Amino acid sequence: MGTLFFEFALTCYFAATIIGIIDLFRGQKEPSPIVVWITAAGFMLHLAAIIIRYAVAGQIPITSMHESASFFAWCTALIYLVLHFRYRIGILGSFIIPLIFLIMLASAMLPRVIKPLTPALQSSWLLFHTTFAFLGFAAFTVAFGVGVMYLIQEHHLKAKRLTGLFQRLPDIQVLDEISYRLITFGFPLLTLAIITGALWAQDAWGTYWRWDPKETWSLITWIIYAMVLHIRLVVGWRGRRAALLCIVGFLAVLFTFFGVNFLLKSVHSF
Amino acid sequence: MGILVVGLNHKTASVDIRERLAFNGPKLEEGLRGLHALPDVHEAALLSTCNRVEIYASVRAADSAADQIKEYLAAFHGAPRAEFEASLYCHVDADAIRHVFRVAASLDSMVVGEPQILGQLKDTFDYALTRKTTGIILNRLMKKAISTAKRVRNETHIAENAVSISFAAVELARKIFTELSTKAVMLLGAGEMAELAARHLVTNGVQNIRIANRTYERCCELAEEFCGMPVRFDDYLSQMVNVDILICSTGAPTYVLLKDQMQKIMRERRNRPVFIIDISVPRNIDPAINDLDNVYLYHVDDLQQVVDTNKQERQKEAAKAEEIIHEEVGKFERWLASLDSVPLIVALRDKATGIKQDELEKFVAKHPGLDQQTIAEIDYLLSAVVNKMLHYPTVALKETNGDRDAVLSVVKKIYGLNGDDDE
Repeated sequence: MGTLFFEFALTCYFAATIIGIIDLFRGQKEPSPIVVWITAAGFMLHLAAIIIRYAVAGQIPITSMHESASFFAWCTALIYLVLHFRYRIGILGSFIIPLIFLIMLASAMLPRVIKPLTPALQSSWLLFHTTFAFLGFAAFTVAFGVGVMYLIQEHHLKAKRLTGLFQRLPDIQVLDEISYRLITFGFPLLTLAIITGALWAQDAWGTYWRWDPKETWSLITWIIYAMVLHIRLVVGWRGRRAALLCIVGFLAVLFTFFGVNFLLKSVHSF
Repeated sequence: MGILVVGLNHKTASVDIRERLAFNGPKLEEGLRGLHALPDVHEAALLSTCNRVEIYASVRAADSAADQIKEYLAAFHGAPRAEFEASLYCHVDADAIRHVFRVAASLDSMVVGEPQILGQLKDTFDYALTRKTTGIILNRLMKKAISTAKRVRNETHIAENAVSISFAAVELARKIFTELSTKAVMLLGAGEMAELAARHLVTNGVQNIRIANRTYERCCELAEEFCGMPVRFDDYLSQMVNVDILICSTGAPTYVLLKDQMQKIMRERRNRPVFIIDISVPRNIDPAINDLDNVYLYHVDDLQQVVDTNKQERQKEAAKAEEIIHEEVGKFERWLASLDSVPLIVALRDKATGIKQDELEKFVAKHPGLDQQTIAEIDYLLSAVVNKMLHYPTVALKETNGDRDAVLSVVKKIYGLNGDDDE
């Protein structure tokens, strides 16, 4: 049952991705509003899938790579939908939904067995730690998409090519502002995730910090975004350089989330 | 029965002639009534704007009606016919329909794609409608002209993108800044184009405007005009820290803003974006400044190029628009042809005979015992009823005077013969 809803959600994200990408190449004035509605439908189905899995497993369904990637995608969809209805930028979906779909696809390809949690990890820290971490990651993911939009639009302006996509991307100032806001939203969450993670580790294993690869890479990601904010506030870096840093930061997010688990050995099962 | 357009526009007539033949104020009503009263004119509408004067009419015979209209124009305006006749164009039937659709879709305008003309055309027909000088043909022509124009606007990009330099500048500013009302503009030097660009920015919400000019008098003059703040010319560099949009047109022989100066300014501005428009020839702003982050420098040549590209785009879109119009003209012609009474009478008879035949066959199928003789008699009886029923409508349709068009449309409606596919 939960699996079925999961597949429906995946299908919705896929459909929205395809329509969104087609929109990019269509010389139409406004991208079709259908993209956001399909995504919203996918988001609701996805929520149902998560709730059902919670009921079936009897534990918060963020305990395996499959589950946490799925939760990551859901958080990203949430942030996308909020941004869409806040800023009404039709073309936004064409850049963000493919990311949601890819994370979801990764989740779909990972083993779906429900593994009961080891007693050491059964605590309410799990909920806080993972929610903070994935909402933060989701904000950085959307900031990456917006950063790409910024770089494309900035290139149009500098190269003085003012047709096609240029007409449909919003002004660069709003893109810069959105990406800044996303980082000021995501950064404290990542900070909280690291803190709750340390407290939880103390609770479960007796040490706050063990230089586990996941911990190390979270710290690297944290430092990168701290730099983005610092340089912006102190030196006044904004625009292109800030957008480039967002992209570097997102690569760190990806490595922290996927890379560490597949390439390095970590106590984190997700 | 036909549709006729007689008129002149900015392409065919000089301003003198256009002014001479214009129907301004009270002349419009008088002129419209006069045209409607012409013997061969059935329905009439009259458009008079600064760029065109056009008469739309449904007429009995195009040639004689055109002649009467020209004669009327000469008499009404007291202008000898020879003086303006060469500037006039006459379009008949399909060409006339196409012309009206093209005017509505703004393909015939001085600036292709400008939207005002559709509103003017609507007013023209509303005006005629309230004065009862139009009937079913022109009313429908107008309705279709509007829907065609809307189709063109929705399905092509004809009305998008700026086609003048000052509008292109505003459009660019909107792609750099979210909100123009909080941005500061500085006008460095003056010139027609620079002032025009500044004026467009003001109408688009810019409130804070500074003026720097070598001659202080001119500076104050402009400041007053734009409700701006005069700035000493020597201070322009220090002002740049707070200026988001710079319009430069000083006529200086060298650069007035260099890359390293701008770099310093950007640091002080903490990299808030700056849009610089250099309208001067030779350039007043070092083109290398465009390489700096968050600085967008456009020279007048760049803007000209943007405008040229946009114009080309409009031309391309105009070709698409012509196809849409071609299609719509075809539809309208089919409707017009269906107004003709002969095919309608035939269609009416066909329909009635068809119904009679169907009912007869059903009856025969239900009563298998009937012999040929009886069937023939029933057939005869039904035919007689059908013919009697059709007699009066047929006579009414064959009448050529009076409200023939109205009769045609009523007959079509009550017998369900509307060959019109989109209603």
